[in-house]
Amino acid sequence: MPKTLGKIRPHLTQNESLLFELSHPGKTGYQLPELDVPAVDAAEALGGENVRTEIEHFPEVSEVEVIRHFTRLSTWNYGIDLGLFPLGSCTMKYNPRINEAVARIEGLAWAHPYQPESLSQGAMEIAAVLEQYLGEIFGMDAVTLQPAAGAHGEYTGIMLVRAYLESQGNPRKKVLVPDSAHGTNPATAIIAGYEVATLKSNEQGMIDPAVLEAAVDDTVAAMMITNPNTVGVFEENIVKIAGILHAKGAQVYMDGANLNALVGVARPGDFGIDVLHSNLHKTFSTPHGGGGPGAGAVGVKSHLEPFLPTPRLRQANGQWTWDYNCPQSIGRVRAYYGNFGVLVRALAYIMAHGGPGLRNATLDALLNANYLRAKLAPYFQIAYNAPSMHECVFEDTRQESKGVRTGDIAKRLIDYGFHPYTVSFPMIVHGALMIEPTETESKQELDAFCESLIAIANEIDTDPEMVKHAPYMTRTSRVDEVTAARKPIVRWKP
Amino acid sequence: MNYPETFRYTKEHEWVSVDGDTGTIGITDHAQNELGDIVYVDLPKVGGAIETGKSLGSVESVKAVSDIYAPVSGEVLEINTLLAEAPEKLNEDPHGDAWLVKIRLSNPGEVAGLLSAEEYKSFIGS
Amino acid sequence: MLDACGLKSLDDLYSHLPAEALFPRSLDIPAGKSEYEISDYFKQQAAKNANGYASFLGAGVYAHYRPVLCDVVVSRGEFLTSYTPYQAEIAQGTLTTIFEFQTMVCQLTGMEVANASMYDGSTAVPEAAMMAARVTGRHKFLVASNLHPEYREVLDTAARNAQLHVEPFGYDSKTGTIDIAGLESKLDKDIACVILQSPNFFGIVENIKQASELAHKHGALLVVVFSEAVSLGLVEPPRDADIVVGELQSFAISPSYGGPFAGIIATKEKYMRQIPGRLVGETKDADGNRAFCLTLSTREQHIRREKATSNICTNQALIALMATVFMSVYGKQGLRELAEQNLAKAHYLAKGLDLPFSGPFFNEFVARPKGRTPEEANAALLEKKIIGGLPLGRFFPELKDSLLLCATEMSKRADIDAVKEVLL
Repeated sequence: MPKTLGKIRPHLTQNESLLFELSHPGKTGYQLPELDVPAVDAAEALGGENVRTEIEHFPEVSEVEVIRHFTRLSTWNYGIDLGLFPLGSCTMKYNPRINEAVARIEGLAWAHPYQPESLSQGAMEIAAVLEQYLGEIFGMDAVTLQPAAGAHGEYTGIMLVRAYLESQGNPRKKVLVPDSAHGTNPATAIIAGYEVATLKSNEQGMIDPAVLEAAVDDTVAAMMITNPNTVGVFEENIVKIAGILHAKGAQVYMDGANLNALVGVARPGDFGIDVLHSNLHKTFSTPHGGGGPGAGAVGVKSHLEPFLPTPRLRQANGQWTWDYNCPQSIGRVRAYYGNFGVLVRALAYIMAHGGPGLRNATLDALLNANYLRAKLAPYFQIAYNAPSMHECVFEDTRQESKGVRTGDIAKRLIDYGFHPYTVSFPMIVHGALMIEPTETESKQELDAFCESLIAIANEIDTDPEMVKHAPYMTRTSRVDEVTAARKPIVRWKP
Repeated sequence: MNYPETFRYTKEHEWVSVDGDTGTIGITDHAQNELGDIVYVDLPKVGGAIETGKSLGSVESVKAVSDIYAPVSGEVLEINTLLAEAPEKLNEDPHGDAWLVKIRLSNPGEVAGLLSAEEYKSFIGS
Repeated sequence: MLDACGLKSLDDLYSHLPAEALFPRSLDIPAGKSEYEISDYFKQQAAKNANGYASFLGAGVYAHYRPVLCDVVVSRGEFLTSYTPYQAEIAQGTLTTIFEFQTMVCQLTGMEVANASMYDGSTAVPEAAMMAARVTGRHKFLVASNLHPEYREVLDTAARNAQLHVEPFGYDSKTGTIDIAGLESKLDKDIACVILQSPNFFGIVENIKQASELAHKHGALLVVVFSEAVSLGLVEPPRDADIVVGELQSFAISPSYGGPFAGIIATKEKYMRQIPGRLVGETKDADGNRAFCLTLSTREQHIRREKATSNICTNQALIALMATVFMSVYGKQGLRELAEQNLAKAHYLAKGLDLPFSGPFFNEFVARPKGRTPEEANAALLEKKIIGGLPLGRFFPELKDSLLLCATEMSKRADIDAVKEVLL
């Protein structure tokens, strides 16, 4: 069989076109009930100029074509359901299906945000219980569930800092961000109206209290800290760091991307954090869904509570109610009350684990990461010697001498049946391999993963060129991202 | 790679070539090599002013953006429109066809303070 | 495993943390529950919400039938449990569907470039405004007062923090459409964009061409917002806009007490590099076969950091996929017929009612109940197991005698008749 026949490739699901190419005039896959009221002439009702003739080139396909199309496409994807997904900082843990089931219960899924409060008590109770549980997990006094994603939570958090400092008389000018931070942190500070000052990490990958001390003055509004930080290390001086910032009247913001390392073991509110966001799609396992939806709950200490987004959930005479009278609030960050369907899933996850179960999950996540570190350390250079929490970070220095970089190793890992780790981040590590296994992986799965990486390390010694052109086993070989960026084609054209 | 003797260079890896009061500015071969496949070049507007040491635009590879710092000051006379269509030219001919901007020098004396080809080569260790 | 790590007990995994940072007690959260108990808990909560009611609420969140295929597709683990498609070789499923999504959003809106989706309609509005500010180098936005009030609040919050200025302009009290003269009087060389919604919050279709001519005359961009995507099956798309943002909740996304939804942002090709969020592009793989990947990533926060176009990291991939399946199931003919049914139901409901506005409406409209306040009318409807419209006094004090009512293909004639009886 030839390797390719035009667009056809030798693969079980090779021969799938785009919907627009499948489309054939007059084909339909929908059913509507018979109209039980008089039809209305659109031109008469809306004015002729307001009526479109047709949606040009919109697909026309049958029901079976729709299901086949998307099922075929799905087989070109890798997901947690297929195996280990060790993306550092992304916490790709198993997504329990009960979460999906309960989010689809009709009385929840079909609740309209403007239906009377008296007919929304169940939805409001779910939100209230989740606020309470998250507050307990964070060690915070109040929680808002309104932000739609992690970055949105960050943004909300920094706006809270601004509003609080404004109420103290001066919003200040700068936000400090360590050089190891996620790119969202500086981007967030800028859109919240602050300048960004980058703080250099020390040789342990941690914030150096002496460097911080020198950088903090009364123009600093806050520092954004990820803890454990992006090299998977707990900031051992966190209490001291918070003290330095507080002494100068600055707030301490925590990016909760790595909260999976702490639940039940340490609480941000207890180690000096004033405000944090948590990615519920990471730590609390509402699925990632190929890149959303998520939710970015924000927890705060009591001094920031008056500034939380409006409306706030309150209870009066045993009834839940939305309170819109929040004069110091930063305002709304999203319409309605947040990604409620995601909140339902997060609460189901917390209930399934319970307090002791959440702590056990954390310990398993730490154990899995440290196990990987121990097994891989003879083959890859660990970036920092400090103890790892829920993820371990290597650098590609040993492999680079053979001309193979972290990105190549990642692509070769795909041939072994695993999703790659996080590539080239954090930027302070030379060619980073950032690996987060999560607690939901068995020893067998971890061993298979380690054996694969060790096999690749050996391949690099014997045949580096082969590794540099991986993957070979996928339906799609290495994708040309350069051409995509030079000549962007971002929609299908006839 | 040949670093023309007639060009002057900066430690930020730009070059400038002077003809009367007109300066042509580009990035060096070393710079394009470090950046990798260049996918987009962002240039200033014709008629605008550029200022020594300030960003005059940026070059992008797939996963990085780098500022281009003006080696000298002046008014932008012309930008290289070829680069909008074919950013890959910057990888192929950085010292020739893929120049970035031509400017009217506002302070021609600045040029003398830049690195010679020899000095630049020694700076990049080639 | 502990042996391999050189540790004696699980507690050694965190023993290096400073003592004052350790949590000294157990979490005050009840012990883990079984799947049955969890299911039962949420069913009990759901039972306290509205169940078995007919509803005439719209106002940004619409009750449309969700074809079964939508959940079948998004429940596949390959979609549900995948990540943002950074590793293109094993994410072609997600990437291909996003490319199709971007294409269909362009076809629907009459734009040339659409991103992979936004959090929702409300948060897409400030993103469009910031984009207009980047394109024009100006810092003031003119915003229609008949834009969804909660969208306006979200824009206000964002603008306040970015030190940008939002200036509202009014609506015509007779037609319910934007006040063109009021808009014209506020346009000047500082305005980055004019933001209006169509169909607007009152359900009325706006004259986009006229607004666009006015905006462009002053060098401002026109941003058109929609919250009812089904309207685009029938209503002329805002081709004269520079940026279109909107909410796709109507496309198979459950109301779910307000989220998660999926927003869109679409624009002209010349503004492609200013668009926020993820973009998928077509390219080839090493064997020369068609493939897709995330592209123009240098706009984004993980590369450009403090110079990014936005701090957005993700899109709403799974929700956008739901909408993509919905659009595929309905297709060209179905989306039009769906829109025609909505139009017919809403106009049947409106017939004979006291309507304060004369502008042409799609599937929702403003009406004044006769002889009762909106709250009294809704109370009477609740007794018939019907949730009425949204009393507008909360957002528009001048309309405190009015309701915003919506009818869709799911509104049954008998229920519509029951509503008319109470309102007439």
